[in-house]
Parts: sequence; C-alpha cells; structure tokens
Amino acid sequence: MDFRLDEDIEFLKSNIRKFVEEEVEKVAMQIEKEDRVPERIIQLSKEMGLFGLSIPEEYGGLGIGMVGKCALYEELGKTHNGFTTLIGAHTGIGTVGIVEMGNDEQKEKYLPAMAAGEKIGAFALTEPAAGSNASNLKTTAAKKGDKYILNGTKHYITNATEADVFTVMAVTDPSKGAKGITSFIVEKGFPGFHLGAVEEKMGLKGSHSAELIFEDCEVPEENVLGELGKGYVNALKILANGRAGLAARNLGSCQKLLDMSLAYVEDRVQFGVPIIEHQAVAHMVAEMAVEIEALRSFTYRVAWMVEEGKKVIKEAAMLKLYGSEVYNRVADKALQVHGGLGYISDYPIERFYRDARITRIYEGTSEIQKNIIAGQLRKEYNQ
Amino acid sequence: MNIYVIMKRTFDTEEKIVIENGQISDEGVEFIINPYDEYAIEEAIRLRDDNGGEVTVVSIGDEEVEKELRTALAMGADKAVLINNEDIEDSDQFTTASLLAAYFEDKEYDLILGGNVSNDNSTGQVGPRLAEQLDIPYVTTITKFELDGEKVTIERDVEGDVEVIETSLPLLVTAQQGLNDPRYPSLPGIMKAKKKPLEEIDYDDLDIDEDEIEAKTETVEIFLPPKKEAGKILEGELDEQVQELVKLLRQEAKVI
Repeated sequence: MDFRLDEDIEFLKSNIRKFVEEEVEKVAMQIEKEDRVPERIIQLSKEMGLFGLSIPEEYGGLGIGMVGKCALYEELGKTHNGFTTLIGAHTGIGTVGIVEMGNDEQKEKYLPAMAAGEKIGAFALTEPAAGSNASNLKTTAAKKGDKYILNGTKHYITNATEADVFTVMAVTDPSKGAKGITSFIVEKGFPGFHLGAVEEKMGLKGSHSAELIFEDCEVPEENVLGELGKGYVNALKILANGRAGLAARNLGSCQKLLDMSLAYVEDRVQFGVPIIEHQAVAHMVAEMAVEIEALRSFTYRVAWMVEEGKKVIKEAAMLKLYGSEVYNRVADKALQVHGGLGYISDYPIERFYRDARITRIYEGTSEIQKNIIAGQLRKEYNQ
Repeated sequence: MNIYVIMKRTFDTEEKIVIENGQISDEGVEFIINPYDEYAIEEAIRLRDDNGGEVTVVSIGDEEVEKELRTALAMGADKAVLINNEDIEDSDQFTTASLLAAYFEDKEYDLILGGNVSNDNSTGQVGPRLAEQLDIPYVTTITKFELDGEKVTIERDVEGDVEVIETSLPLLVTAQQGLNDPRYPSLPGIMKAKKKPLEEIDYDDLDIDEDEIEAKTETVEIFLPPKKEAGKILEGELDEQVQELVKLLRQEAKVI
C-alpha cells in the first residue's frame, strides 16, 4: 500500500497552489462582494488549463486519473468556493457526460473547446417537481424528423449563466418512467432555448444558478448523448463520477479552515495565554484535524477505486455524505474558535460556513446518499 | 536566436529564516524559482516566440533544482541544464560566475538573461561577473527590452528613474520587477515538460580546476536582525511629554 502521490501530480498541485495563493485568494473578497469572478482569473484559469482537468489529453485536456484530479481539486477547494464551483461544475458534471458517454463525433465537436474553457459546460437534471426524486421529470423531448423538440423547465442549474453546452435530461417515452429518459447535448444558441431567472443564493457567490426554459427547443438527433432511454442511468453515473472530486474540494476547504484556525488560536491571547492552551479550544482543533484526516484517506481510497475501475456506487455515496457533513462540522468549529471574528464578513470564515451548507444539498442530498447506501447494503446482504 | 537564462533556486519569499548551528536551515522549506529569474525566463520565452530560436535555462545546484528547471520548461523553455556543484565545498558568487563562464565557453549565445538579484543573498553579482568573464556587454535592472535586428534598446531602472540604453548582441541583461508579468505554467505544459531535455553536467566535466573557482569571500557569522521592540508611548501633559522625549533622545537613543 502506497499513500504517496506521483511526483507529476505533486508538481501540478504545487503549481495550482501557487496560482490560488497569488491570484484567487487576493480577489476572494471581491468575488464575494461583486458576485462575479474577475475576468483576469477566468483568463488565467483558461491559460493554465484548469478547464481541461477531466478531459482526455487527445481532446486538449490534462488526461490524468481520478487520484490526480482529486489532488488538484483539494488545492482548488482551499480558495473561494464560488470560483471552485465554476471550475468544478464544468470539469465535473458539466463535461463528464460527454467524456464518458459521448460518441467520437460529439467528443471531437465539443471537448477541445471545453478543455480550453472557450465553452463552459453545465448539467441540467433538476426541475421544480424533480429534485431528489430525479425520475419525476416533466421536460419532454419529442422526435420530429431528424430533430428532438424539447419542452419544459429546469431550475437551480449551476453555471447556467456562463455555460454554452448543457447535458440535459428529458423524457422521450413517458410510458416507461425512469427508463423513458434520454440525455441530450444542448447548446445555448439552439432555437427555443431560454435562460430564466438567476437565483439569489446564500453562498457560492460568483457561481450562478439559473432556470433553463425550453420552448419547442430544437435539438439535432445527433446530439442524443448515449443510448435512448438511458438518460436516468447516465445522470446517476455522471453524479457518481463527480462525487470523489466534490469530496476532494470539500477536503481542501476543511484543510484551509483548519490552517486558519491554527494560526488564530496560536495568536489570539485570552486570560494571558494563546487560546489553544484552553482545553475546550484545543479539543475543537483536534476534532477538526481527526475528521479531516479521515476524509482525506477516504477520498483518495474512493478515487483509487474509480481508477481501478471498481464499482463505487456505495462508497461514492458514503464519501459524498461524509465529505459534506465533515465540511459543515469543521466550518462550524472553525467559526466557533474564531469567536466574533468568525462571524464578520470581512474575514473568510463565515463565507466558508455559508458555502459549506450547500454541500449537504447539491448533487444529491445527504439523505438521498443514505438511501443509496442502505439500498446497496440491502442488495449486498440479500445477494 | 540562442537565448540562455541563468536561474537560481531560492527559498519561497514567504518562508521564515531559521538559524541552526550557525547555518540557515532548509528543513521543510518550500523552494521557488528566484522571482527575478522568473522575469528573465518570461522575457526569454517571449523573445523566442517573436524572433524564433531556442531558450535554454541553466542552473547550478544539486538534483533538487530539477523541480525548478522543470517549471521553467513547463513555462515554455526548450531545454534545461543543471550544473551539479554538490562536490564544491566553498562557493560564492565568484564560484558561480566562474562555473557558468566555463559552461558558456564553447556555446553560441546571442543573449543571456538573469535576475537582477536573488531573493536570498541579494548580491546582484553573478550576472555582471559572468559578462565580464565572457567579455560581453551587460545591462542590469532592465524593465524593457526591444530587439530590432542587431540593435537592442533597453530601459533600465535607476533608483526609480529610467535610463534608456542602446546596445547590440551578444549581450547579458538582468531583469528588474516590472519587466513583464510571468505566466503560470499550464497544466498540460507541465505534463509535456517531462519530455523536454534536461541535461545534467557535473562540474568535473567542465574545463575548470576547483582551486581556480574557490570562493573569494568567507562567511564569518550568520545571525538574524534584532527583534523589533515595542515602541514607548509617552503620557502626561504636553510640556512634560516634550521634555521627556528630548531627554530620551539624548540619553537613551543618543541621537541628539
């Protein structure tokens, strides 16, 4: 058993760390206040190839495995989560569908521009009546000649305002339930595609979620992604694949919170001593560190399983659940040890605290993860 | 155009200096390309892109320097050379410049770039010493470099003012902050850099005798600057404060 990262990955990681510290951290407050990632940061991210993190080398991406990706996501997780989400939702659920299920023509058409960050990707499953119950979709896709005509509304779509290419799930055969759902590649310029209301959110500033409205939206037949009727399975696969990366981002945020907390409790003096010498504070820091270390081991173990081609439905759900819950507990403790300062908006702790909250909800709520885990356990028991 | 960059691996600017047994400890320290050398590498890559040719980055040190050389290759340099000096005991700026001069002896070069100073020893000597040994002109602290055929027009920083110099190739220049905004190596560039040539030369392979390059300086003692003490705040009536201040300036600070 070897817990070391490849030298190449360490090298990539140190370069991302440098970029994050020198560029993104400097504008984190600005992103928060303006709810926008500055153009310079987007431009530098493109030049660095961050948008191609999960795209194969032959299509202009980085072409590294899941362990490597997680190591890089961990670094990105240390900075503003809105920026990280902009990159992560693109490289994760926004492009994975085309990478995993696309045919050669689709890959050649879309991936090089997506790897370069010229086209941003997004994933559109959620609807007003279909959140956790993802198979209850109302958006329909009816075949008409060599096109599919989409009608319906998607909401809470991450990156919607920035995205050019959407992986959209729609019902092609209402009589078949979950087996009547198909995935499509939809470009924002297709006739009948409209961007709806942009949501005001509690956190993740700089990353925008919005409504998509399809009004007789014309999608060419060749943009069916994967097989007809496999849309629901595709969606679950795309989400499962994204889970290790998501946990790695949470891990990075947790580490950053621990680092900031350590610096603060060593520096802050109350009752004549640095507050880490008060046992109640010391224990909070220790508890944070233990959970972070456990999350780190678990993240890289699942990433390794993905690389080995093992089935990870149960483990990925466990990791999504654990990573999100740990992030929330760590953010809560970090805020507590910082006291009043933690609650002040000029300091980053409260931002992480708000950003942490969505991780228990998006890409499958904590409760849905528990259902998946229990379902898998029953399946294993009854086999 | 044959462009060379001389590069040094240095402590990360953020690192705290710790002295152990009279030496600066490098345990657990993060290393970087000396920031001024980073400007030199960026300028070299841009000049190559505009005028054609090749960029070779040369560094002196142990195998650890490979990481910084790989970074330079990932930024866009074509070749890297490491001159291994592990066996040399006493080394200073004279030693470094002499090793480089021996390396350049049989090389065809149009332009050599380096940093104005390193962020550790900050002597700013290696560039000028190398140029002297190679007998080529040099310009330090440059903030702008323009090439027109053989003619070179340079702007250099002179204590906040700008001096404009016209000269020609071959030439050695050292980069000052403001010359350019160095790029971040792209992630695919980092992966591709693995395939670019990185040559390691032992100093024995150079036509040089260890006695000839022995350090000309000796480090007598290494110590940290004294800790800054908290200031003194005077209290009481204004007249009393003034009297107290004058007294302190005379007796304690001994400046009047």
